Amino acid sequence: MPLTPMQTLASIAVMAAVTFLTRALPFLLFDRGDHPPKIVLYLGRVLPPAVIAMLIVYCLKGVTFTALGGWVPPLLAGLAAVLLHLWKGNDLISIFGATVLYMILVQGVFA
Amino acid sequence: MNRITLAAAFPVTVPVLMGYLAIGMAFGLMLQSIGYGVLWALLMSVVIYAGSGQYLGVSLLAAGASLPQVAFLTLMVNFRHLVYGLSMLEKFRGMGLRKFYMIFSLTDETYALLSSAQAPEGVDEHDFFFTVALLDQSYWVLGSVIGSLLGSALGFDTTGVDFAMTALFLVIAVGQWKAAGSHLPALLGGAATVASLLLVGAEDMLLPALAIIVIALTLLRPRLEDRREREEEKTCP
Repeated sequence: MPLTPMQTLASIAVMAAVTFLTRALPFLLFDRGDHPPKIVLYLGRVLPPAVIAMLIVYCLKGVTFTALGGWVPPLLAGLAAVLLHLWKGNDLISIFGATVLYMILVQGVFA
Repeated sequence: MNRITLAAAFPVTVPVLMGYLAIGMAFGLMLQSIGYGVLWALLMSVVIYAGSGQYLGVSLLAAGASLPQVAFLTLMVNFRHLVYGLSMLEKFRGMGLRKFYMIFSLTDETYALLSSAQAPEGVDEHDFFFTVALLDQSYWVLGSVIGSLLGSALGFDTTGVDFAMTALFLVIAVGQWKAAGSHLPALLGGAATVASLLLVGAEDMLLPALAIIVIALTLLRPRLEDRREREEEKTCP
């Protein structure tokens, strides 16, 4: 816990305010029947896949290649998430299956 | 909220019940594993209420990120909500004060339910929407609290539970990949972030990555819009 409780509260307040703002913005701007600018619609459509790809790389930033334990668990668990999702299409099974596999790999196999 | 509305709304929300309990529990466990107990989990799930946003929040708290960083990254991870709001403008019209809660609680899952589910005969549509939204958040809060309590009570080794965040994003990416007309935005996002990681390191990688993504997507707009229009022409006879 690098933050003090007050700093944590401030961070949470910022997260809450910004999250609400992203949800409220369309209602603030376009609730009177104005049409959103085309660039907004365009970015709203193409940005989400790019940002999710960015966040996946961000999640995997700690991967190292000096030892097997540094890259094999995220690779196998990541593949498990994708394959489970293509197979069953159920968020729950994919996320839980992959996370449990990852925990077993880092705690048991490559500990 | 009356009994008939509740009886109509509950069955619709059962898939979200399962999902939110599970993903909420993983959030509670993750938060517990970086040293924040059940009250923090409760607070975050009540006032923020965002799946991927709160997962990201855990890593921001763990890293001691500055407030501007927190604001910017939360904005980016929630950017897709902009699109959700656009398609809910009509549905929420005339809901009075409850509209604030509807906007606040517009998560991916609630959006999915509200855009497909219909209020049955004899149930007021706005009551129905509000009940669905409220039930969904109660599952999320419950899941986070259970996860947090499990993490502290069982004291089991939670090493690796943070992979739930990676798995969540991978699952979202698979869904987007299947639905997308062009895979260029996803590939660009991945490539730009790897480049940024190699250039500036893990600490400050996200802002440069985002800058590259937004600029490149803006520059690629003629090409991506073009392709989309051609696809639409193909589907229209």
